[in-house]
Amino acid sequence: MSSYRIQGATGEWEVVIGLEVHAQVVSKAKLFSGASATFGAEPNANVSLIDAAMPGMLPVPNKECIRQAVKTGMALGAEIHRWSRFDRKNYFYADLPQGYQISQLYHPLVGEGAIEIDADEKAGIAEPKTIGIERLHVEQDAGKLMHDQHPTRSYVDLNRSGVALMEIVSKPDMRSPAEAGAYLRKLRSILRYVGSCDGNMEEGSMRADVNVSVRKVGDELGTRTETKNVNSIRFVMAAIEGEANRQVDVLEAGGKIVQETRLYDPDRNETRSMRSKEDAHDYRYFPDPDLLPLELSEEFVAACAAELPELPDAKRRRYEGELGLPAYNAAVITADVETARWFEELVAATGKPAGEVGRAASNWLISDLFGALNRLGKDIGESPVSPKQGAELLGLVADGTLSGTLAKQVFEIMLETGDDPAKIVEERGLKQTSDTGAIEKVIAEIMAANADKVEEYRGGKDKLFGFFVGQTMKAMQGKANPGVVNDLLKKALG
Amino acid sequence: MSVDAATVRKIASLARIAVTDGDVEAMVPELNNILGWIEQLGEVNTDGVAPLAAVIPNHQRLREDVVTDGNIRDKVLANAPQAEHGFFAVPKVIE
Amino acid sequence: MAEITDLGIAGIRDGFRAGEFTAREVAEAFNGAVASAKALNAFIIETPDHALAAADAADKARAAGDLRPLSGVPLGIKDLFCTEGYQTTAASGILGGFTPTYESTVTGKLFAAGAGMLGKLNLDQFAMGSSNETSAFGNVVSPWRRNNGGNAALAPGGSSGGSSSAIAARIVPAATGTDTGGSIRQPAAFTGITGIKPTYGRCSRFGIVAFASSLDQAGAMAQDVRDSAILLEVMSGFDPKDSTSLDVAVPQWEADLSSDLKGKKVGIPKEYRVDNMPPEIDALWQKGIDWLRDAGAEIVDVSLPHTRYALPTYYIIAPAEASSNLARYDGVRYGLRDLPEGANLQDMYAATRAAGFGPEVKRRILIGTYVLSAGFYDAYYTKAQKVRALIARDFEEVFKQVDILLTPTAPSAAFALGEKSADPLEMYLNDVFTVPASLAGVPAMSVPAGLDSKGLPLGLQIIGRPLDEQGVLNAGLAIEERAGFTAKPQNWWAK
Ligand SMILES: [Mg+2]
Ligand SMILES: [Zn+2]
Repeated sequence: MSSYRIQGATGEWEVVIGLEVHAQVVSKAKLFSGASATFGAEPNANVSLIDAAMPGMLPVPNKECIRQAVKTGMALGAEIHRWSRFDRKNYFYADLPQGYQISQLYHPLVGEGAIEIDADEKAGIAEPKTIGIERLHVEQDAGKLMHDQHPTRSYVDLNRSGVALMEIVSKPDMRSPAEAGAYLRKLRSILRYVGSCDGNMEEGSMRADVNVSVRKVGDELGTRTETKNVNSIRFVMAAIEGEANRQVDVLEAGGKIVQETRLYDPDRNETRSMRSKEDAHDYRYFPDPDLLPLELSEEFVAACAAELPELPDAKRRRYEGELGLPAYNAAVITADVETARWFEELVAATGKPAGEVGRAASNWLISDLFGALNRLGKDIGESPVSPKQGAELLGLVADGTLSGTLAKQVFEIMLETGDDPAKIVEERGLKQTSDTGAIEKVIAEIMAANADKVEEYRGGKDKLFGFFVGQTMKAMQGKANPGVVNDLLKKALG
Repeated sequence: MSVDAATVRKIASLARIAVTDGDVEAMVPELNNILGWIEQLGEVNTDGVAPLAAVIPNHQRLREDVVTDGNIRDKVLANAPQAEHGFFAVPKVIE
Repeated sequence: MAEITDLGIAGIRDGFRAGEFTAREVAEAFNGAVASAKALNAFIIETPDHALAAADAADKARAAGDLRPLSGVPLGIKDLFCTEGYQTTAASGILGGFTPTYESTVTGKLFAAGAGMLGKLNLDQFAMGSSNETSAFGNVVSPWRRNNGGNAALAPGGSSGGSSSAIAARIVPAATGTDTGGSIRQPAAFTGITGIKPTYGRCSRFGIVAFASSLDQAGAMAQDVRDSAILLEVMSGFDPKDSTSLDVAVPQWEADLSSDLKGKKVGIPKEYRVDNMPPEIDALWQKGIDWLRDAGAEIVDVSLPHTRYALPTYYIIAPAEASSNLARYDGVRYGLRDLPEGANLQDMYAATRAAGFGPEVKRRILIGTYVLSAGFYDAYYTKAQKVRALIARDFEEVFKQVDILLTPTAPSAAFALGEKSADPLEMYLNDVFTVPASLAGVPAMSVPAGLDSKGLPLGLQIIGRPLDEQGVLNAGLAIEERAGFTAKPQNWWAK
């Protein structure tokens, strides 16, 4: 077992990591107002008088945001609290119009759950591991402050103010940057399967607060720091590594870790203290008196459960079992919901039982399609080839119309033109031929032109068989069925 | 529990209300007087009593997920002490 | 014929319908009365144009046979209700010049019902006070004077002091109020008018500047019980924009008014017989008991054992909620901004809030901040919510035995301005009888029942079951009919 350890001057240190992930809920309108939750609008356009905290404005929760959070909780195998409520977190900042954030502290919507991460030898994760989820709650996002548009002023844009977030709090169960990375990838995968968050960390729809402490193996938990708002998996891993090493240095120099909020600076790859925010730590949480306790009916909860899609772990098991996919293929295809969806559309479009075509389809998807998308720098959602076209191509291979080589050729043309494979085959005459007469004719010509090589072959130089295959295929412009060519050549050469 | 000048300053700072020394001096006895009186609640036996959650029994209603609001920037900014280029403007914040 | 300005809502409505006068005549009469009564300082702004426009619309509607419930009736609006296009301040410097781009649900309903607005009425700053001495726009003066020759200016009660003073002075026929711990009932008692706070959730809070969300309720203030019923009926109703709004139909309170209390049981809670209660108030309470018995009710002695803890409970919960509700007044999006030279954002907040909030508002924000702060939350706030649950349970238990409760509204008649303002705690104690019903969210009303020896009005309070405003109004009517309260202040203010 290769555990992640920091080698200090005084011995080995273990790192203890917990993550609080803020995931933006997919919804049309905001959590407590009817303003649009979409990105990219003009400043202060997607803002209602409620989001701007005008006097006398009141919040009314959006059912879809609650539904999304409940479904997410179910996908994490977590307890759904039938009775929860909203609390106010009080602090002053220019991006927080109410002077408080409506969140859930005392009675969150979702309780304990768990996420399974896979073994990953290369990353030093020796065995699959269960990471505990402490809770999931729903809260409002803040607005945005712009600092670089005026020399002495900051500008406030409230478009994000009031957008629904899920805060998903893990237990301090991770022990290495790699485990944290695997946890985040798995969490993002689950959120995208559920459809409750698009998981786009670059656009800020998923950010992590990283709690890190270090201890000598077997010791009590150390004091932790919280690094706020890290917005990529790579940065989370780097922030953990940097912060853990900093803590070890401090402790080994005889210092103490201060429980504080820190900020990750990706340019310098280090965390630094945010002392400016320290006095704001007394948040004076109390139940929001503008809202009533949120009581979920059994019908509501049952409807959420019924809407829950097949999740990545279950899908992966099914692909390995029912579809007979190799473990690697099943893992790759189920890691992302869009890939899995594409794959299922591909299989369905073949019109054949999934158990029959699944393996070939998964091989083609992983090698040919992924290869092409990689080259083009595109996501599977932007694939120039549709699942239906892919299925048609697989069908042409299966019925012998196309050889593997021809199929690759046709696929390249599909990528370029967007045309259906059958049309390409038809127009460009790329059909594989099993016409024995035509092939025999070509073989006879080649043997006549290479009488010396025929002699050598017949004299025992078996390796020349490949030469005859190549010549025949070349003369047939690659369209001859290789199996038929083989058979006929063997017969002709004797 | 009673408050001293330092506590009053701390509360005032949490509440973002600037106070002078004179304010603080006046507030200490005033707040202590009120807090001392409030503390008679300690006499009430509340063992096993759940804190009141809703005054009149009522259920939280939920809105449908429909965009019904927004695109009212003029109304949002109408009363702003300082608004520029569609934003509220505040003194520069250094983060 | 009586002066138009002596009429209340029903008188104006019915006279206007019968063609005795036009709505414009009504609006002009009240606009004139308002303009001549500056000495009361009851208004923060006067809006004669709004009253006239509504009146002209009412006159047209009458001609077209399209009358609405309040066609022709002008009202005073407490300046805690946001009114689109009209300055709304909550009587605080921090909202100086704030002009909402939206209408509160309650004023929206009133205007849709045909009412006009005479102006925005003064109040205690953010509705925090019991004497209307905390307004940034100066004290409101009660039209009443003691008859012992003393010329002391008296408090109209608070926080709806502009409303109570204006109705008592007959410069508005009726007005909106809001009640968080007694802010409708206590000023009504001080000025010899009626005021009803409905069940929490009856009136939408949308667009009303918040003080303490779990306690704030709008209500009606008027000359008599019938007018209160008419006004409250229009103000009430489910509002999807307020999560705490009750989704229940509004009864026809006016049509169902009846002072016949046969079969009703009236509870007399012994805990309201407090130490040092003036004998005159005790005597009036006894009269009230006799009147209700005379109206056919059975009188029952009852107990609300946690009554004495209501005030300290209130003074934890209300400031806690207020400290958070008032955090939005920060000089960023509206209202006052105080930006001293070289100040950063947080300095700007502190300077703005120091300059914009009055002393009582600051006091309550600090108390609220303290009781919610780390380490004290459970000892204060959670404890108070538990005691509040016990207070609510007291009412629940007692309403298994009786239909309504009768108590005095306030422990004293109106006091002089300045008399109690030096000691916040003494001021708080004036709400001792009104706060319990606020904590329990039940409907309660004050009706004028008599005068004290100095000629000042005294009120009796009727408290009812949740949603039984009808029972409260009916008992109020029974008292009103028997008390025969017709006293009016001498007009010293008109010029
Ligand atoms: Mg956090
Ligand atoms: Zn959060």
